[in-house]
Amino acid sequence: MSLPTITLLSFGFPQQDFLDQIARAVQLEFGYAVNLREGRIDLGEYYDPARNQYNGNNLLNLVDSLHVTDSFKTLGIFNVDLFIPILTFIFGQAFLNGNSGIASFYRLNNERYGMPENDLLFIERAKKEVIHEIGHTFGLIHCQNPVCVMRSSTYLEDVDQKKLHLCHNCREKLVG
Amino acid sequence: MAKKISILIVDDEESVRDSLYNWFIEDGYRVETAENARKALTLLESDQFDIILADIKMPGMDGLEMLRRIKSIKPVSIIIIMTAFATVDTAVKALKDGAYDYVTKPFDPDDLTHLIRNATKQISLEDENETLKKKVITLENVEDLIGESDAMKNLLREVESVAQTNSSVIISGESGTGKELVARAIHTNSPRKFFPFVSVHCGALTESLLESELFGHEKGAFTGAMYNRKGRFEMADSGSIFLDEIATISTKMQVELLRVLESKTFMRVGGNKEIYSDFRVICATNKDLKSMVEQGTFREDLFYRLNVVNIHIPPLRDRIADIPLLVDYFIKKYCLSMNKPPAAIDPTALKRLQEFNYPGNIRELENMIERAIVVGDGKRISLKDLPLEKSIVNSSTESLDDFERAFILQILHKYSWNISRTAKALKVDRVTLYNKIKKYDLKPTDQ
Ligand SMILES: Nc1ncnc2c1ncn2[C@@H]1O[C@H](COP(=O)(O)OP(=O)(O)OP(=O)(O)O)[C@@H](O)[C@H]1O
Ligand SMILES: [Mg+2]
Ligand SMILES: [Zn+2]
Ligand SMILES: [Zn+2]
Repeated sequence: MSLPTITLLSFGFPQQDFLDQIARAVQLEFGYAVNLREGRIDLGEYYDPARNQYNGNNLLNLVDSLHVTDSFKTLGIFNVDLFIPILTFIFGQAFLNGNSGIASFYRLNNERYGMPENDLLFIERAKKEVIHEIGHTFGLIHCQNPVCVMRSSTYLEDVDQKKLHLCHNCREKLVG
Repeated sequence: MAKKISILIVDDEESVRDSLYNWFIEDGYRVETAENARKALTLLESDQFDIILADIKMPGMDGLEMLRRIKSIKPVSIIIIMTAFATVDTAVKALKDGAYDYVTKPFDPDDLTHLIRNATKQISLEDENETLKKKVITLENVEDLIGESDAMKNLLREVESVAQTNSSVIISGESGTGKELVARAIHTNSPRKFFPFVSVHCGALTESLLESELFGHEKGAFTGAMYNRKGRFEMADSGSIFLDEIATISTKMQVELLRVLESKTFMRVGGNKEIYSDFRVICATNKDLKSMVEQGTFREDLFYRLNVVNIHIPPLRDRIADIPLLVDYFIKKYCLSMNKPPAAIDPTALKRLQEFNYPGNIRELENMIERAIVVGDGKRISLKDLPLEKSIVNSSTESLDDFERAFILQILHKYSWNISRTAKALKVDRVTLYNKIKKYDLKPTDQ
């Protein structure tokens, strides 16, 4: 029996050092060991040509099916534009109180918005999104605290408004 | 605790039901779904919902017919009609039959959030009107604003009364006294609480980024801009905008700001449409703005526009009665975040803490406690764990070095070895931090 871990499954995100930093942030926030793995799966069948995006519901189910019981939680990391049928895009989603979640870094970089490249900001946003979705798998719902990482963010600048960490209340819920 | 808002989703498409279900569950709503109008009506016989989201086109009874039936039984219901193909005709019909709104699929996440927040606001206002008649208002969401001194009680009373108004507020006070915390408390206790609290660190904005930052831009305004970008004023629509370090803005920006505050309209960079935003302004400063006005470095008209209400936060040394409570609160906070049981504190250490004069105010006290928990044995905080001058002089150089090494390493890990942020957190410059890393030969793999 190994200790419970959180698994980060990266699907084609190229920069290993970024992923390492994210793993480290997740570990610090939740206090579990983090296992970084690569998901070797062709995402072709998750692509929706009509929307020119990838189906977030199906990808969440995919990650859930790859969840193995010796891992405590599994989070899929993508670098493609995600949608769900009712919304124009999503940054990520998760099964509340479940095993798995997904997050995409596709819309997190400044360049897509015509702003100067900023690696620090990008990695910061990526960490927040990953921690946020993992928070949902621990049963945390959206938090009203303006700087809590569990606050809902519906567009990029919104992500920058919150901090990297769970607020006092959310942390108490996590422990309790 | 506010009651949990409930939402019923009626749509024949399973993927739509699942998507909305998951989205709203993460928001903390109670959610039920029905795949057709009959099922929905049956559900409504035994259950109540605050908001109903219904597709217009469904086999059997369509959304509009369902809308009419529900409205004839319960006229106040909030029903939102969704459609894949919007036509003006059906929209008009839906609204005439009492739909709360009419939206086209797929929606922008932000639009959906705004739609539901607006509906929620209406519901809670109706509820509040009921309870207000019986109850006096009490402050909510200020659990993290600690203190029971007279000064603090006065402050909370001020927060409470300005929260109910739409007036511009300037919060003044030394660095680290809690200006940002107070700004947030005003927002979360105001009728705008369901909408964003957007902060702008004026000191951190360069003139060139400013326009796009504050007003946003249209896609295509710059090469590579694939998506529109919302500026801070637009983000704060229906909510509050917090202008931190307001004294640092340039004269050019003072003029611009005054214009936006007066008209509440602006244009995105590269756009040609006037955008209106209903925001409330809360500012903070650790400078004496009034004397800046006298010296001519801050515009008088802008000052009077902003300074409708002034809330001053006294420095910590003037309310030492709050120190024990604050110490207790920070110990709990940091032990919890480091997954340790709450530590105790030696009475002598607490006494010394009450004698210190805190140029950095509450932030300084908070940092001291955080550091004490990191470097101490985790069970008890004693004088030697606190960086109050005397105790440092008393320790040997060797243990001081150990202490420094452990502390720097902890902060480096906390910021994932991001040198700028770590340096900022440690309040040293990057070069000093580099030298320390060299001196102690610190590596990211060190524990
Ligand atoms: N009354 C209080 N109770 C508990 N924590 C407080 C209180 N006031 C301030 N703090 C904490 O102290 C720190 C500094 O507060 P804040 O950032 O609001 O200060 P500020 O006045 O905006 O400082 P600056 O002028 O440097 O920006 C924060 O971590 C905040 O949570
Ligand atoms: Mg501040
Ligand atoms: Zn979420
Ligand atoms: Zn929270």
